[in-house]
Amino acid sequence: MNPKDLATYAKNTWCPGCGNFSILNAMRAVLAELDGEGYPIENVVLVSGIGCHAKIVDYLNVNSFYSIHGRTLPVATAIKLANPDLKVICFSGDGDSLSEGLDHLVFAAKRNIDITLILHDNRVFGLTTGQYTPTSPKGFKGKSTPQGSDELPMNPPELMLACGATYIARGYTHGIDLLQRLFREAVLHKGFSFVDVLQVCVSYFNMYEAYNKRTYEVKGNDTGSFKEAQRIIRSWNYDGGETLIPLGKFYEIDAPRLDQAFLGARPKDLDRHSKVKMLLENFI
Amino acid sequence: MMDDFSTLIGGIAGDGINEAGVTVARLFNRLGFRIFMYYDYPSLIRGGHNFSVVRASKQNVGACVDQIDVLIALNQDTVEMHKWRLGDGSFVIYDADRVKADGIKQRSCGIPVTQILKDEGALPVMKNTCILGGFCRVAGIEWSVLKDVLLKHIPKKVEQNLRVARRGYDSAVELCRVERSTPSQDQVALPVMTGNQAICLGLIKAGLGAYVAYPMTPSSSLLDFMARLAPDFGLKVVHPENEIAVILMAQGFAYAGIKAAVGTSGGGFCLMTEGVSLAGMAENPVVIVVSQRTGPSTGLPTYTAQGDLHFVLNAGQGEFPRFVVSPGDAADAYYWSGIAMNMAWKYQTPAFILSDKVTSESLYSLDAAGDVLEEEPSLWDGQGRYSRYSHTKTGVSALAFPPQKGQVIKADSYVHDEFGITTEDPKITKEMNDKRLKKGRSMAEDLDRYETVKVFGEETSKTALLCWGSNKGVCIEAARKFGLKAIQVLVLSPFPEAKLKHALEGVHRLIAVECNSTAQLARLVGLYGIKTHDWILKYDGRPFSLDDLQANLGRVLG
Repeated sequence: MNPKDLATYAKNTWCPGCGNFSILNAMRAVLAELDGEGYPIENVVLVSGIGCHAKIVDYLNVNSFYSIHGRTLPVATAIKLANPDLKVICFSGDGDSLSEGLDHLVFAAKRNIDITLILHDNRVFGLTTGQYTPTSPKGFKGKSTPQGSDELPMNPPELMLACGATYIARGYTHGIDLLQRLFREAVLHKGFSFVDVLQVCVSYFNMYEAYNKRTYEVKGNDTGSFKEAQRIIRSWNYDGGETLIPLGKFYEIDAPRLDQAFLGARPKDLDRHSKVKMLLENFI
Repeated sequence: MMDDFSTLIGGIAGDGINEAGVTVARLFNRLGFRIFMYYDYPSLIRGGHNFSVVRASKQNVGACVDQIDVLIALNQDTVEMHKWRLGDGSFVIYDADRVKADGIKQRSCGIPVTQILKDEGALPVMKNTCILGGFCRVAGIEWSVLKDVLLKHIPKKVEQNLRVARRGYDSAVELCRVERSTPSQDQVALPVMTGNQAICLGLIKAGLGAYVAYPMTPSSSLLDFMARLAPDFGLKVVHPENEIAVILMAQGFAYAGIKAAVGTSGGGFCLMTEGVSLAGMAENPVVIVVSQRTGPSTGLPTYTAQGDLHFVLNAGQGEFPRFVVSPGDAADAYYWSGIAMNMAWKYQTPAFILSDKVTSESLYSLDAAGDVLEEEPSLWDGQGRYSRYSHTKTGVSALAFPPQKGQVIKADSYVHDEFGITTEDPKITKEMNDKRLKKGRSMAEDLDRYETVKVFGEETSKTALLCWGSNKGVCIEAARKFGLKAIQVLVLSPFPEAKLKHALEGVHRLIAVECNSTAQLARLVGLYGIKTHDWILKYDGRPFSLDDLQANLGRVLG
């Protein structure tokens, strides 16, 4: 399959230079590739929240559920529980999953449900035109924090590590090869996979220069080690200083999943009518 | 020969008062009576005062009367709080080791419950089995009836329970005799169950595949019962992080082709409302059980109300069709829950079962109106390119579920085109709105074949009681006593205007009976030009007893 076959007629409305284009292109390539490797495209379901990130489902000619703000994961979880053969991929923003829908993110990781979450982490509310998010650095001057935000940012991969996610990585929208590799790994991973993507918002928080200078790819790390993953993840706390920012796969382990526990299928030839009738007898 | 027999059993939380009431109900059921049991308990786990009132009658009942025939007291509070209910012919059975019945002028019988339990080495929770043994003897119910009931329904320590019950039976004296119902009345024993159990079975019959809920009284027993039934019916039962996840998960199941229901009460439903609107826009079928309790806010968690009618009718931003039914007892719940599931899927929209503490947690004889079977929704025929939101005459687009080779299935919360791609086009915006409203009209036509408004009592009376939900039973009974008509509005959306107006023909005076403080149904019918002349409202968390309603009717009509 040619990745171009996965385009739709929807007009793309992202700003020129938006980091979301890289995520779109990387995911399109990965899905087209996987289609030829025994993961047919019709088995893929994309779920998005609300925000600039979410428009991606309009631009991919793939099954999708365009949900509401912060609510990708409950929808995705149920789709996976309903049909474990489906590959379910969530696209979410930092406002979407870390603010509005943080409860679901924590629980998806805790359950280690076999779905993927791509976090379009631009560290700003774009579609509402520039307010701070949970990953904006302290002092961020947004429309709701004109004097600068007083809050320290959240470290999403660290949170995911603590909550039980079994695949944790970070990508950057200025490095499509790495992004593609991480997406592929995340989608193929059995369990809850989380990819934090430093996605640059050119209009409200243009970090290209800073990220180009500060990011590096970790190599040779022991991805099965919780401690090592924690050390690498904690080496950058989303501050605005000069600290180097690690990219790549931080953690991947195998652990029991919720979708496995739910495999007990419907009894064959279930005759609801007579079974309910029998049950009613027990109430006499 | 007694036609109507009321038993009250009371004690502290932890005494198994609900279960004891259920056992009393089963005894009377075996004797051919129809049952209503109201269970009253405060919001705590140990202590407090719990009581069950079991009314057994020759005809279907859905309300209690103030006077009781037997008071079973496991503690002193029960005697003190309920002795006003005793009539001259009533009698009291009590735990002689804990309760002093000195002040009781009625006949009474003390059972040395604590001593018997000690002798038998039985757990404290068996005290209700013991005293029910005594109750059967006192009420002249044969030992074999109790034995059968205990053998069938006591899951653990059967032998010990039977011994304890027998000792209670042997230590009492017969004070009256409850006769079996005469067989000529065709009173076969019916299943005795709560409204919530009936809702579960109704939904399962209509094809339920998943139940998602976060516990909240008085809806929690739906979750518990579904979880118990899950292996038998292959149900996917999920208890997620909160009600927001609940309503969203239900729609994930629907997207993948699994019929799902959720259950909650007021506060939990508040959290769901954004998801309800999503279901309206994305056209995701979902059944939502809302069991009302006293509000606003946390209110009285374990007590009843009918305060959320307009909330449920209007919950969620924007305009979209919805089905709302309010069952009045277990039989309604069983029958209409199946219809709710069918409506949700045939019209791809939220369908509500609006219950309350009384309907949900009371015990009724299940005298079902008929069988509702699963109806097939409109499914894609596999021809051409699939479009999730294609326009049709009924407004209903065919459903398809992933995976579909060569096809793409897109659900969308934004305004979308037929394929499910987001748009801001004014023409499509209007067309899609019209499409959704058209589904509401199609649903209303479909509902014509059902009795969405029911008439009871004196059909020619010029005065009628207007009720919904759990006031059905008390209104029917009061109407019979006063020679009035009683009208129950079962379906509240789409509103059955023509059927209600037909039921109102010849009625000059309409009295609304509701468990809220603003007469919500009266306000709703007012939108259709129907005037209610009097309101009888109760909003103290407790249901109307027959005596309450009669006294109010006497005042209004006098």
